[in-house]
Amino acid sequence: MAAIDPPALATERRVSTLPIGGWALVLVLLFMPAFAGDFVLYQIFGWTFILGMIALSLMFLAGYGGMVSLIQMSVAGLAGYGVAIFGTSAIDTISLGWPWYAAIPIALALAVLFGTICGALAVRTEGIYTIMITLAIASAFFYFTRQNYALFNGFSGFNGVLPPQLFGVDWRGPQAFYYLTLSFAALGYWLVLYVSRSPFGLALQGIRDNPRRMAALGYNVNAHRIAAYAFSALIAGVAGILLTWQSAQISPGTAGIQPVIDVLVIAVVGGLAHPIGPFIGAFIYVILRTFALDALVSVGLSGERFQLLIGLGFLIIVFASPDGVLGLWKRWRERGARDPLTGERR
Amino acid sequence: MTASVAERLQATGTANALELRGVGRMFGALAALSDINLSVRPGERRAVLGSNGAGKTTLFNCVTGDFPPTSGTIRFFGEDVTGFPPQERIRRGLRRTYQISLLFGGLTVRDNVYLACVGVSRSRFSFLRPRRDDTLMAAAEDLVEAVHLTAYRDTLVSELSYGQQRQLEIALALAGAPRFILFDEPAAGLSPTERRELIEILTGLPSHMGFIIIEHDMDVALRVAESVTMMHNGRIFKEGKPEEIESDPEVQELYLGGGDG
Repeated sequence: MAAIDPPALATERRVSTLPIGGWALVLVLLFMPAFAGDFVLYQIFGWTFILGMIALSLMFLAGYGGMVSLIQMSVAGLAGYGVAIFGTSAIDTISLGWPWYAAIPIALALAVLFGTICGALAVRTEGIYTIMITLAIASAFFYFTRQNYALFNGFSGFNGVLPPQLFGVDWRGPQAFYYLTLSFAALGYWLVLYVSRSPFGLALQGIRDNPRRMAALGYNVNAHRIAAYAFSALIAGVAGILLTWQSAQISPGTAGIQPVIDVLVIAVVGGLAHPIGPFIGAFIYVILRTFALDALVSVGLSGERFQLLIGLGFLIIVFASPDGVLGLWKRWRERGARDPLTGERR
Repeated sequence: MTASVAERLQATGTANALELRGVGRMFGALAALSDINLSVRPGERRAVLGSNGAGKTTLFNCVTGDFPPTSGTIRFFGEDVTGFPPQERIRRGLRRTYQISLLFGGLTVRDNVYLACVGVSRSRFSFLRPRRDDTLMAAAEDLVEAVHLTAYRDTLVSELSYGQQRQLEIALALAGAPRFILFDEPAAGLSPTERRELIEILTGLPSHMGFIIIEHDMDVALRVAESVTMMHNGRIFKEGKPEEIESDPEVQELYLGGGDG
C-alpha cells in the first residue's frame, strides 16, 4: 500500500498514546515552579498559555473547519471587558462590582454570543473573504471600544481588574497564576483534541474537506460552522479573562489590529494541524517579544527595532516550513524513519 | 379539509417515490434540463441512459438539491421538496452517490461511513466521542462489511484504490434508512470483477429500496433495472422496459449505434 500521508492525520492518530517526550513535557510543566523564577512563570509561561489558548481557538476553526477567523482576539477582549464592566475595577463609575460568579459567566456568555454572531456573518463567505469580513469586525470592535466612553471607558479602558481571592489564594501570585493558566490551557488543549474525534468534530473536518458532500449526507453545513465559532469563542473568552487578570487591565489596544494579526501569526508559525501547534507558536512569540529588545541592545543596536527581529524570526520559520513548527517536526521525524540510501521506511 | 385528507393520503404509501413535474434547469442561456416529467414508484429500479451532456447528472443535482431547478416541482413520497436544502431531502430518506467520488480522503473508511450514519441521526451536533457500544458506529461497521471493505476499515480513504472508493461511495448512500437512492455511474472505471461485485450489491438491496442508476454500461444497467428512461439534450426521449428500449430503432440510432459501441 502506497504510503500517502496527509498532513492532518499522522498527528491526529497518535493522540491517544502519548509518546515519552509528551510525558517528559508534562512533568517539566508540572514541576516548573521548583526551578523557574517568578518572571519566567508569570511573564513567559503565563503569557504563553494565554496566547496559546487564543491561537488554539483559531486553530480549531482553521485547522478542523478550514475557516480563518481574525475575530478571536476581539472575542477574548470582549470577555476581558465583560469581567471589568460587570465585576470590579479601578473605574468604579462604570464597573458594576458584581461578584465573580456572576461577572465571569456573563462575560463568557457575551463572548460566545459575539463569536456566534460574527460566525453567522462569516460562514457564508469562503477563504479570503472570511478573513476580510472578520478583520472588518475586529477593526470595528477596536475603534468602537476606543471611542465609546460610556461603557468601554474609551482610550484608557479599565485597570485594577483582579481575579477573585478564591480559596484564600492570590491568583496573581506567580506560582498560582502559572498553575491557573496551565490548567486552563491543558483543559482547552484536551477539549479540542477530544472534540476533534466526536461526531461534531469529525463533521467539521468533513465540512472542511467537502462541504457539498456533507450537505448530501444530511448535515446543515452553515449551522455546523456557526457552532464551531461558538465553541472556539468559549476558549478565546476564557483566555481573554486570564489575559485581563495577568496585566490587571483591559484597553482597546489589547484587541487592536496588531494583536489580532499576532494571533494568526502565532497559530500559523506553530502549525494548524494539531492543537499543540498554537502553544508552540505562542512560546516562540513570547520569547521573541520578551528578549528581542535585549538581544538588539546587547549587540550594540537600537532597542527600538525589536519588531524587526520578531518579524525576521517568523519569516525564517515560515520560509523554512510553510506549515509551521509542527510541519518541520513531522518532516524531521519522517526523515529519521527513512533509510538514507533507499528512502524506504525502516 | 378535503385537501388536507388528500394530501395525507398522498403522503402515505400511495404516492410515488419521486414525482417530477415540468422540471427545468438553466445555466445562463443554456437549458441543461427542460420540461422533465418523471414518476418513479417506491421500490422501483430505474436506469437513466443518455450520451454525455444529456442532463442525467443535472437531473440528479436538481432532485437532491445540490442546485435547485429553475422551474417545475419535485415531490418525494408526496411531499413537495422543491425548495428544500439538500440536507432536508437527505433526512427524509433520499440518498445519492457522485460520479466523481466525493469522499473525505483524510479520514478512515470507517469514519467516512460513520459520518454518513451520524448525518441522518440526531447526534449530528454531539460533542461526545462515540463509545465502544455506539449504535451508529456499529451501523457503520455493518455498512463497511456490506460493501466488502472490512479489511480496509482503518485505512485512510486517500490510500484506497479507485474501485474501493467507488464501493465506499455506495456505503455512504446506504447509511441510515434510505427510501430512495440515486446512483451516478457507480460502475464507471471499474474492472470486470468489481462490476460483478457492484451488480451483486445493487441487486442485493432490500426490495423496498428503489433507485435510479445512471449507467453507460448497458450490461450493468439492464441487469439491475426494471425500467429505462432515455435522455437526450436535456429532455426525456423514451421510457419503457429494458428490452423495448434496447430494440427501439430510434434509441439504437441515437445511443447504442452512435457511441463507441
